[in-house]
Amino acid sequence: MLEKLILNHYEAAAVILSGIGLTNLLLQRNLIKKIIGLNIMDTAVYLFLAAKGYVAGRAAPILIEGEKAGEWITNSAVYANPVPAGLVLTGIVVSVSVTAFALALTLKLYESYGTLNIDEALMKMTLQQEELEAKIEAQEEELIS
Amino acid sequence: MIDSFAFNIPFISIFMAMIAAIITPLLPKRNRIPEKLSCWVIFIIGMLSAYLLYALTNSGQSLSFNFKMGHFPAPYGNELRAGPLEAVLSLFFSFSMLLSLTGNFSSTEEDIAPNRRQIFCVLINLLMASLLALTYTNDIFTAYVFIEINTIAACSIVAVKESPETARAALRYLVMSLVGSGLVLIAICLLYDLTGHLLMQNMHTAIQALVATKSYIMPLTVSLALITTGLAVKSALYPFAFWLPDAHGSSTNTSSAILSGLVLKGHIFLLIKIFYRVFGLDVIHILRMDTVIFILGLLAMIMGSVHALRQTNVKRMIAWSSVAQVGYIFLGVGLNTPAGIAAACLHIIVHACVKPMLFTAAGGLSNAAGHKKGLHALMGTFYSNVWAGLGLITGAFSMMGIPAFAGFASKLSLTMASFDHPVIVWSLAALAASSVLNALYYVPAVIVILTHNKNMNNNFSAPPPTRLYKISMTCFLAMNFYLGLFCMPLLRLITRGVNVL
Repeated sequence: MLEKLILNHYEAAAVILSGIGLTNLLLQRNLIKKIIGLNIMDTAVYLFLAAKGYVAGRAAPILIEGEKAGEWITNSAVYANPVPAGLVLTGIVVSVSVTAFALALTLKLYESYGTLNIDEALMKMTLQQEELEAKIEAQEEELIS
Repeated sequence: MIDSFAFNIPFISIFMAMIAAIITPLLPKRNRIPEKLSCWVIFIIGMLSAYLLYALTNSGQSLSFNFKMGHFPAPYGNELRAGPLEAVLSLFFSFSMLLSLTGNFSSTEEDIAPNRRQIFCVLINLLMASLLALTYTNDIFTAYVFIEINTIAACSIVAVKESPETARAALRYLVMSLVGSGLVLIAICLLYDLTGHLLMQNMHTAIQALVATKSYIMPLTVSLALITTGLAVKSALYPFAFWLPDAHGSSTNTSSAILSGLVLKGHIFLLIKIFYRVFGLDVIHILRMDTVIFILGLLAMIMGSVHALRQTNVKRMIAWSSVAQVGYIFLGVGLNTPAGIAAACLHIIVHACVKPMLFTAAGGLSNAAGHKKGLHALMGTFYSNVWAGLGLITGAFSMMGIPAFAGFASKLSLTMASFDHPVIVWSLAALAASSVLNALYYVPAVIVILTHNKNMNNNFSAPPPTRLYKISMTCFLAMNFYLGLFCMPLLRLITRGVNVL
């Protein structure tokens, strides 16, 4: 068991990191910490993909010149698969845009409620609504009298 | 063989929606040009999907095709795939989207500031593109990218109505969506690691080989569980649905209609494709995921309605009803037979038509009541806006499953699909209980809007419904009765689509 973990230490680290990230994303009350959790989780996935995509002893998937001039090695067993690296790049683009969007929304929440905690915002909202309703009732009573 | 124009339609549809999203910010803002462009683009996509459907059903034996994206052939390149099921879904998705836009035109203009309407159109186009891509894609990583595009666009159309409440609802929705898409991403990486492929049919072959040799069963189960949970969070299956009423209840009517009717469905259809095309129904059964989905579906049918019963805000009530309806769809998926999946797809279509109609109707009624959303405030509003009233009544009857209304067709086919299945007692009991619960909250709503309000404030006169509203509502009603009365040809078409999926 331990031997397998040490042998696959990149994957083990990725699993632990994604666990940390997911827990943060779900359980933190502070939105900034939640977003950091999201980024940790995504990074763990990239680590996993990068570790899986690297095959020891294989070259980057760019044609290598052979022994004779003008000859290229086309045997695919020499090269590593480029797709995992491509997936990591796509994933990074996605996670950057999602993070930016989440931060923008967080800013908006902070402007409206003055807090970074979603539950606190809910409490403030209910209070505001109750105040508003009380105000309307008072106005109506005034009108009637 | 189908003609080359029809062959290119899946790509053209997605591309048109993307291009429309890109050029919308460059257009002049006057004369509602961005809105008109979005509506026309969505209309054209709908017509193209109808043509694709026609071409596919008249193409002879080969009912589906793969469309190569870019220069690299399978197994490395990216592919789209189209069959009758995909075509029929994109047809209904685009028309439902179009009617949600046109029906709520005036309420959108009230809710969204003029300088944001152009952005709203961009988001609608992006949402359309991502829905089409989720429907057509054959590559699972492309599906992930479009899930994220869908997430951003969907959260933005909640937040586009400027109020503190929507900012909070959008954030909550975003956090849950990100949890969902994170799980999907992890699952996709695990599956890629296990199979070495990203295209669905190649993954299917590899997974069948793995299961046949009984190797890597545990990692397969884990990745299936992760991808199912991720997509269940995004499609609001019951225990993960608490974000939905906030997001759908507080946003502007167009957004509520689109989110409830369409956005949830894109993810459910992707899950169906993953079950059917990546794993295969036999492997799903071996890994026991069908039982989990079935039980969660039953739970959602009951609990969604129970929560809806406790609501006093009409939009939140309809939003919780969506949770129950998503439960019906998952019940069909959980039966894990072609008939069950066909019934689930029919319910996807029915719900995609009925729920936007209900939100549009509720929007019209609360406008007639002076922008009040409480159920008691809607008393007698049927008489101020008859079209909205008719929409709400038809939608309510449809959700209850009264014969001749759309919901009846899909509930009937769900019932038929659960015969010759060991779980028939459970599914029949849940269908019956859920229908009764639906009636318990929809019937009072119908009674309220039909009751004459004697204390009606005579000083307030609501604006009459616009012509566009009437036309959209008529189309919604027509679609509803078409689905309720003549659904057999559609169900046959879906069954053919499921068989070639």
